[in-house]
Amino acid sequence: MAKSVTVYSTPTCPFCVRAKQFLKDNKIAFKDIDVSLDQVKADEMIKKSGQMGVPVLDIDGKIIVGFDKEELKAALGI
Amino acid sequence: MYDLIIVGAGPAGITASVYAARKRLNFMVITKDIGGQTAWSGDIENYTGYQFITGPDLTAKFEEHMRRYNVDLREEEVVSIEKRGKHVWVKTLKQEYEGKTAIIASGKKSRELNVPGEAEFKNRGLTYCATCDAPLFAGKPVAVIGGGNSGLDAALQLNKIAKYVHLINISPDLTGDPIMQEKVSASPIISVLNNTKTLAVLGDKFVTGLKIFKDGKEELLPVEGVFVEIGLIPNSGVAKDVEKNEWGEIKVNSYNETNVPGIFAAGDVTDVPEKQIVIAAGEGSKASLSVFKYLNKLR
Repeated sequence: MAKSVTVYSTPTCPFCVRAKQFLKDNKIAFKDIDVSLDQVKADEMIKKSGQMGVPVLDIDGKIIVGFDKEELKAALGI
Repeated sequence: MYDLIIVGAGPAGITASVYAARKRLNFMVITKDIGGQTAWSGDIENYTGYQFITGPDLTAKFEEHMRRYNVDLREEEVVSIEKRGKHVWVKTLKQEYEGKTAIIASGKKSRELNVPGEAEFKNRGLTYCATCDAPLFAGKPVAVIGGGNSGLDAALQLNKIAKYVHLINISPDLTGDPIMQEKVSASPIISVLNNTKTLAVLGDKFVTGLKIFKDGKEELLPVEGVFVEIGLIPNSGVAKDVEKNEWGEIKVNSYNETNVPGIFAAGDVTDVPEKQIVIAAGEGSKASLSVFKYLNKLR
């Protein structure tokens, strides 16, 4: 079954753009949350990841901070 | 063995790679990221051909242009660049690569404060990228450190978002452009603290305050965000043998040659006057053309 993927990002952060592009290139559907527009979701992201840097990816509950291709591949099983 | 190893993929490195590809050189690019400082820039209005484009969009255009040529690009962190014998060796955290030549186009990075708490609270309230992270500080009290253009720019970005902004400036006066200074003084929520030194970043899980030194005494500012905007330093530390100026910029001549034959450099990491995207791109093309001539002489 496909994993549930959520990306917390801001529109202006380059690694957010690259992380989302990576998911698109690999045809992985994800929920895209712009934390600059949604304060509640921003707090949720900070709580989940224990930090304030974007992007944060939630892959079936596994939290990944930043854009690290290898870590992402491992978490996604691709 | 490669003809050329390009270190860095900002405007200089990417343009160098386009030129190297068109000269059919056997080359590779090693980089930690794509776009360099351009990727972190907001609005760009002075790159010829684009009256207006954002940093991430221009970066995407650069990358698209480079990828057209099947470039061998490795996302690795370089730890040393040196000449041994006739060749240049570029060592990364993963392995070592041998080339007849190298172009160092590793750009610049944010200067750090070097105060207690800085490393500990990075991404826990302390950030070097106002453009990326400002939205996370909505309604919060914050401090911006730096009185130059990037400090003023960060303060103005936060002007619409934060509860209030302390602008901490180590000098007697702000040094950023007058037009930005006017906007800063017009803001009801930005207060400027001149002649002020930052001593420490405080907090528990996240930032809770900033310890400063002003008028001969220590003071504590309760803030939840700290934006460090105190300029840039060149990523030149990995190249031990090349000559640098007093700011650590790699010295190059007008052919982008360093003092070490076979090692070239281009863009913001060098002592080229003026740091601009359009200049870095031009320098990158020049460096690749110089490499091409150097390789022809070796044959």
